[in-house]
Amino acid sequence: MNPAAVPANPPVATAFFFYLLAAVMIIGGILVITRKNAVHSAMALITTLLAQAALYLMLYAPFVAGVQIILYAGGIMVLFLFVIMLISIERTQRERQFNKQWLVGIAAAAALGGLFIAVYTTTTSGRTLFPEGRLTYPEGDNTQRVAALLFDRATGTYMFAFEIASLLLLVAIIGAVVMAKKRI
Amino acid sequence: MHAMLDVSTLHYLVLGAALFLLGVIGVLTRRNVVIVLMSIELILNAVNLNLVAFSRYWQGIQGPGALHGQVFSIFVITDAAAEAAVGLGILIAFFRNKETVNVDEVNLLKW
Repeated sequence: MNPAAVPANPPVATAFFFYLLAAVMIIGGILVITRKNAVHSAMALITTLLAQAALYLMLYAPFVAGVQIILYAGGIMVLFLFVIMLISIERTQRERQFNKQWLVGIAAAAALGGLFIAVYTTTTSGRTLFPEGRLTYPEGDNTQRVAALLFDRATGTYMFAFEIASLLLLVAIIGAVVMAKKRI
Repeated sequence: MHAMLDVSTLHYLVLGAALFLLGVIGVLTRRNVVIVLMSIELILNAVNLNLVAFSRYWQGIQGPGALHGQVFSIFVITDAAAEAAVGLGILIAFFRNKETVNVDEVNLLKW
């Protein structure tokens, strides 16, 4: 490990901020799946997304944090709110909110949670599967490095995947336009 | 070098798993399609959190250029945008035809 790569000013109170943001995210997630009003769910989801962007900053990923705020909280959630305005929410608020197989759904989620716990508590020779990895780097050139992986001719491992992603977005635009036409 | 209280990769993985489970519960139990789509966004975000946490883990091993997890999370966000656009378009078309947004009343393709 290269000691010169360790930042001169190590981050402070990471545990406090992690647990604070984690609590915000969990509470926001619970509100998303329990609120009657879809607008309230959307607001809770925006809170969760912003807390997650802060966690990205703590993980030394400022570019992903910016993309998260601009694209997710700013773009996708506005799309959601538009659609909530287009469909009538008054009627759905008076109806049953959970479907008939909610018990089976929660049982399936509990089984999945048991699987997660089993995986994350597995130890091989006294260590969990994902032990350390705490050495962090200055995030100043993070965006350049991400761009080098995406665009650069020599080091761009994901250049082709990037082009395919643009094609996917084109297909999605066409699909959304066709779906929103008057008669389909 | 680091205190015992420092936040490890496993912390982020557990948080991601909790968010993933919340999303799964939302998808499986809610009737409102809009909230089901929002729960799918929760699931995608849980995956993104795991990817970025693993990216930091991998950077600690391979050096500052190993940002594959972050690049993958950008692709996941792209997919989420495409999915939201098409899914909400389908939802509007469906609402125009059936005047409902409840998942269990979507049975046109049921045999």
